[in-house]
Amino acid sequence: MSYQASAAGEHYRFGDLKSLLAKASPPRSGDQLAGIAAQTATQRVAAQMALAELPLRAFLDEPLIPYESDEVTRLIIDTHDAAAFAPIRHLTVGEFRDWLLGPLATGEALAALAPGVTPEMAAAVSKLMRVQDLILVTSRIRVVTRFRTTVGLPGRLSTRLQPNHPTDDLRGIMAATLDGLMLASGDAVIGINPASDNVAGVVALLQMLDHLRELYQMPVQCCVLAHLTTQLEALRRGAPVDLLFQSIAGTELANTSFGVNLALLDEAWHAGLELRRGTVGDNVMYFETGQGSALSANAHAQVDQQTCEARAYAVARRFRPMLVNTVVGFIGPEYLYDGKQIVRAGLEDHFCGKLLGLPMGCDVCYTNHAEADQDDMDVLLTLLGAAGVNYIMGVPGADDVMLGYQSTSFHDALYIRSLLGLRPAPEFEAWLARFQAELPSAVAQLEAGGLTGVGG
Amino acid sequence: MKLLSDFTLARVGLQRAGNSLATREVLAFQLAHAQARDAVASTMDVRSFALECEQRGWLVEQLASAAGDQPTHLRRPDLGRRLATESRNRLLPRDSSLDLAIVVAGGLSALAVQRHAVRLLDELIPRIDDAGWTRSAVCVIERGRVAIGDEAGQLLHASLALVLIGERPGLSSPDSLGAYLTWNPAPMRTDAERNCISNIRPEGLSYREAAHRIFNLLAASRQRQLTGVALKEDFAVLPEK
Repeated sequence: MSYQASAAGEHYRFGDLKSLLAKASPPRSGDQLAGIAAQTATQRVAAQMALAELPLRAFLDEPLIPYESDEVTRLIIDTHDAAAFAPIRHLTVGEFRDWLLGPLATGEALAALAPGVTPEMAAAVSKLMRVQDLILVTSRIRVVTRFRTTVGLPGRLSTRLQPNHPTDDLRGIMAATLDGLMLASGDAVIGINPASDNVAGVVALLQMLDHLRELYQMPVQCCVLAHLTTQLEALRRGAPVDLLFQSIAGTELANTSFGVNLALLDEAWHAGLELRRGTVGDNVMYFETGQGSALSANAHAQVDQQTCEARAYAVARRFRPMLVNTVVGFIGPEYLYDGKQIVRAGLEDHFCGKLLGLPMGCDVCYTNHAEADQDDMDVLLTLLGAAGVNYIMGVPGADDVMLGYQSTSFHDALYIRSLLGLRPAPEFEAWLARFQAELPSAVAQLEAGGLTGVGG
Repeated sequence: MKLLSDFTLARVGLQRAGNSLATREVLAFQLAHAQARDAVASTMDVRSFALECEQRGWLVEQLASAAGDQPTHLRRPDLGRRLATESRNRLLPRDSSLDLAIVVAGGLSALAVQRHAVRLLDELIPRIDDAGWTRSAVCVIERGRVAIGDEAGQLLHASLALVLIGERPGLSSPDSLGAYLTWNPAPMRTDAERNCISNIRPEGLSYREAAHRIFNLLAASRQRQLTGVALKEDFAVLPEK
């Protein structure tokens, strides 16, 4: 089926639904790289006009990637909740935008709606929304998850403490962890990206973090972001696994390129649940995503990168995750060219994730080959704070010395909390009040080898 | 008493102004960012690289990717993953097979390749030769991405491809070298089918340690006939038959 619209006296035709979505996407380098972006600015608006007239039901009738060939499509269609969809089933995409901005879209109504919204509907409506629309709607949605802390409550903003080290040096990682804790970071998770994906190393890192957690009775959850199969092997060897992490994408083929599928994710989810290590809840999964990952794996099936990204959230919500964040600027300028594209993409991802019922955080970040700098990150951070983002990253000095990119610093989190009157997760906040004074003495212990088993 | 900053290169224990960073810290960060931006813009001196290799008695094959200049290379990763037609033709007529193709590509930091690739190979090539494996010339591709090793490796009839590549510069590491191993290289291999050893530079993973780990992975890969997520680095390597 084809779609058409007239704009400024010209008639435009779009061959199929994915082409319509791609042409209606706000400009980004990844869609240009894929050769699916609008050719002119006017064509883009014409596509948005045609998209605005499209009934939401069309996304149920015409899957962008065939049901038969993609397990993510099957997941989306098979788990769609028709009853939840009822309040909006008669709307077009344009009317859905108006509905979202209107008085009926309360926090409660949006939470009830989530299982009835497909990723494609979320992506489509976001393409018609300006930055302020994305922020306003998202600010009404709270998604609360629990493990040892409660993340996502109103008036709260959490952080993932990310104490990476280029060679996984235990004392280096511990030094960054202590620095973060002293600056009130880590209530979403203490999560290390290991430099080497090997089981023994992952076990050692998990044991070190768990030892610290028990020593100071910290209400935090820990995670080592190795490949899921490596974490599962560490779990089988008895390592203290709190959250299980995996990078995921929005097509079956892209997930294959990550070495995962729904069955493996399901196995990991159940393995995590069986450990029963959470104290205030049992959300055990942690996912990262990012626009462009499907294209980067040549697995995008001609679907635009923002819609692919939203489809990844369908994968995530299957497993009731504790944390989901887009790593928005990590992928580089081939996919998001500059600060402007990164800012918009971060807000779209946060919106689509929350609309689908996910506990969205954002790694507000950029690489050194992108046309972006700290000012762009300050803009995105401030907008996400206003939109009610669940968590951001806490990286020492914003400089990840292992992954080689810039994220948000412990100080950035203090800035946004102070600006908007936001506080850490309640369990963590209470712990900080009791224990923050003791933390400097931990530095002395670090030197003596007390925290890492590495002395001298 | 030591400071936190004695334990890591990460920016810990920073000076504050209120909750914000003090001027000194902000400027230090801006300088590091400026250096990283300059590293991204750097280009490779292929002639001097080839000369260094030849001085060590290694054959060198100078190839080009389909990315004709640096801006194209940055914006079009698809072109950086493909050989230019002329380079492909140069590799084409071949009937003998090899154990290992060695590809050196500029990636996102020509600086890293210029500084570290030859020194890493100084540690690695003797071990490969001692093991009796057949290897290709050192194929150097200025504006290449990781996956260009798939095409080169396939054309060379190599059972394994090793790509040494400049990683995208971090603030504290404008010159970090990465090593990617791919069993049975061919276009359309996915990243899950590769193993990676990252951050090779004196301040990170030393040449000797990196060569040791790369060699172990190569040996394990030859035994198991695969690379990627199924090949964990800590698998024991059995003695070669």
